[in-house]
Amino acid sequence: MSTSPERVSPESLSQDGEVQALSHSPESLQARVQRTLEAARERGASDAQAVVSHSVGLELGVRKGEIESLEHERDQSLSLIVYFGQSKGAASTTDFSDQALIDTVEAACRIARYTEPDPYAGMPDPAFKASDWEDLDLDHPWGCSATEATELARAIEAAGFAADDRIENSEGASVSTRRAMAFLGDSQGFMGGYRSTRHSLSCALVARDAAGMQRDYAYTVARHAGDLTAAEAIGREAAERTVRRLGGRKLSTRTCPVLFAPEMARTLIGSFTRAISGPAQYRESSFLLNAVGETVFPAWMQIEERPLTPRALGSAPFDGEGVRTRNRPLIADGVLQSYTLDSYAARRLGLETTGNAGGARNVTVAPGDKDFDALLSEMGTGFLVTELIGQGVNMVTGDYSRGAAGFWVENGELQYPVEEITIAGNLKDMFRRMAAVGTDVDRRGNIHTGSILIESMTVAGD
Amino acid sequence: MIDRLAQQTLLDPAGLGDSELSTLLGTTFGHDIDGGDCYFQFASQEGWSLEDGIVKSASFNIERGVGIRVVRGEQTGFAYSDDIAMPAMLEAAKTARSIASAGQSGRIAVASRSPSRPALYAPDNPLDSLDEQTKIDLLKEVDAVARAEDSRVTQVMCSLAGVHEVVLVLNARGELTTDVRPLVRLNVQVIVEQGGRRESGTSGGGGRFGYQYFRESDRAAGYAREAVRQALVNLEAREAPAGTMKVVLGPGWPGVLLHEAIGHGLEGDFNRKGTSAFSGRVGEQVAAKGITIVDDGTLEGRRGSLNVDDEGNPTQQTVLIEDGVLRGYMQDEMNARLMGTRSTGNGRRESYARLPMPRMTNTYMLGGDADPEEILASVDDGLYAVNFGGGQVDITSGKFVFSASEAYRVEKGKVTYPVKGATLIGNGPDVLTRVSMIGNDMKLDSGIGTCGKEGQGVPVGVGQPTLRIDGMTVGGTQAA
Repeated sequence: MSTSPERVSPESLSQDGEVQALSHSPESLQARVQRTLEAARERGASDAQAVVSHSVGLELGVRKGEIESLEHERDQSLSLIVYFGQSKGAASTTDFSDQALIDTVEAACRIARYTEPDPYAGMPDPAFKASDWEDLDLDHPWGCSATEATELARAIEAAGFAADDRIENSEGASVSTRRAMAFLGDSQGFMGGYRSTRHSLSCALVARDAAGMQRDYAYTVARHAGDLTAAEAIGREAAERTVRRLGGRKLSTRTCPVLFAPEMARTLIGSFTRAISGPAQYRESSFLLNAVGETVFPAWMQIEERPLTPRALGSAPFDGEGVRTRNRPLIADGVLQSYTLDSYAARRLGLETTGNAGGARNVTVAPGDKDFDALLSEMGTGFLVTELIGQGVNMVTGDYSRGAAGFWVENGELQYPVEEITIAGNLKDMFRRMAAVGTDVDRRGNIHTGSILIESMTVAGD
Repeated sequence: MIDRLAQQTLLDPAGLGDSELSTLLGTTFGHDIDGGDCYFQFASQEGWSLEDGIVKSASFNIERGVGIRVVRGEQTGFAYSDDIAMPAMLEAAKTARSIASAGQSGRIAVASRSPSRPALYAPDNPLDSLDEQTKIDLLKEVDAVARAEDSRVTQVMCSLAGVHEVVLVLNARGELTTDVRPLVRLNVQVIVEQGGRRESGTSGGGGRFGYQYFRESDRAAGYAREAVRQALVNLEAREAPAGTMKVVLGPGWPGVLLHEAIGHGLEGDFNRKGTSAFSGRVGEQVAAKGITIVDDGTLEGRRGSLNVDDEGNPTQQTVLIEDGVLRGYMQDEMNARLMGTRSTGNGRRESYARLPMPRMTNTYMLGGDADPEEILASVDDGLYAVNFGGGQVDITSGKFVFSASEAYRVEKGKVTYPVKGATLIGNGPDVLTRVSMIGNDMKLDSGIGTCGKEGQGVPVGVGQPTLRIDGMTVGGTQAA
């Protein structure tokens, strides 16, 4: 890392001109939440919930050594849900004027006059609300100025160009840093909020050979700038990933084992997470409908939700309704333990909220005992997928068919790059036929998993 | 002449007159600047949704702000403010200018640009085009029609959404342009169940007009019946084939093929940077003879249409491919300037908080002379795909996909049985060279498309006639 993170003391946060200073104080955001809730109550709302958020950020892009774009971000928003008995209305605005606050409350109340009573509507049971919470170590402002960001981005891209002669073009390297603060309050007396940061470095390069061009990228993202991968390493990784795709060819149509690299394995677990979400269940739009208690994965599979992991990208002490989050199993010994529910979905299904308003957080697949190379050996002959394109996942049936690129593998060794093929199967079947999860865990997102080996899928090509 | 609504919504509340705008321009731009703009936007949007037979939730959102962009050479400086007021705008201007040399203090005169042609849509607020109870009744009608259509329907989810957007663009040359844009959308999804098997079907439409559109010509009910029909077809679907085969694409929305295979690759930014599989190929044969593809932002009321783009330039019909030969790219101002050409009115942005770039409007292929029936009859063994989800493309390698949601097996010239959805994959620069028959049934989609690029979504349209493609890879599970 060529720059060091700079700590900003809490006292300086609301000072003007400070790098990553938020322009609203925690007190002013809380006061705005309170004013909104009061205005809703004055207009007859029986219950209300308001969220006020604010963020500042900087994104700097360099291409071929020159600054390509410098974007300053400064966002704010107010969103509100009101209940009139069992009728619900929602409204939001980016305008922080007093008039806009009133207009937003009135819009939500007006809507609630027209929406029909829903027996399941309402606030979460106060007993589930978070009352106090640990500091999850999410706020680490990075005192990276535009000038420093420029040097960093140049270093990333230069390392990429230097890594291989076949890198002939660039889509640029970028440095991004963002700091946010949000407060949630409701008419039951809940008030909570916290600050968080998110920084990233990325690079996308283009290589060419006689057959044509290929592009690939690399990135790193973290709450704390000190946890980012070094700039030069990102440039080199982008170059390596790009160059190794040159000379890609199609495969003939066949059935074979498929190894999903960690960043692609994440998408499989993402489909699992969507399938066990409250709305997918109560809308009967899930291939894992009513599957709690059923064996969904092989008996060795363990998946947990870990929202309380310090510094992790998906962490949160409470959910979008103020309900406390907790670390809990989703899959134990291959069996589905629970859905991910907010209070509405819970009431619909006759269950209790699991603190998942806003989704599942830090979904973590327990790694097996093999690293990536060992998984390649275990697969022996098959397809390693490193990129997927298109939607191609039917959440109702689990039918799966996506465009893919990667490498053909024989005897555990990469033979040649592959492109313009599809891989297909059914997710229920693919989950049951998982053969292993690697130790090469990718933590750059809300789903943490190593590579995943699937016994068999259909590859369509020539 | 400044549009009155734009004046009242964006300028008057902040007390912005010609003098203030001249000062803002003078502070932001100067002799060392190649371009840029102050983009003022006000958007109000609502969404009503029905499930379980009741309209249980709705939302309303207001966004207002100004984005200030300064362009010099290949560099862009950008800042925005949610607060349309002189102090906040001057601060944003200073930040956006930081890519250029020392600050300016001159003034640039403001001149309004008049519309170059009649408006493509009425400026009326679509949110007010029906009263709230009628919006709810419309959704309930959709629900009732879908449920009455077949007893196997177990779930109906539908939504009605509207946006009213007021845009004012003040560019670095002092030219001021306004546009007021309505957009509505109705969407229906149904789940059907038979013997424990569940399938879904989706339909919908919309465009730049009021909600009355859905009450005309039985449209809303038509969407409901169409969603049920698709879901029931899928209940009978067998495994899809895997491998390369002849593919017949139906007319309309399957034009997403063109959007992915050709459209994105012909956007100016990728070609200026040389990262598109189509870079430097103007004048080359990239499609079969007889194929002409245009991007046209001037179609009245269409979802992808605009009076002016988000840089204030009139949209136009741009010929991308003419009789199989690549003719040109879609451009915004910056990429046009750097490539020595002119904007084609394709500079678009999701909002004031994001940067504009070259984007498609309505992209479609002109019709040919083949009878669609003849096209199907000519296929001995292949796939007939009539409905699709979305698609995606890798601009640089040219590889693209689009996913069928309703498809059939074709054997000996006859449509034999439905197959499950499957992804089709191909190579943009050569897939259209394999088009062997072009139908006479050119159709635009019903107004449902949203295109995503660099995280920005904008409404678009696609269209095409029935096409026969001799060899595309179909990503099913049944290896031949």
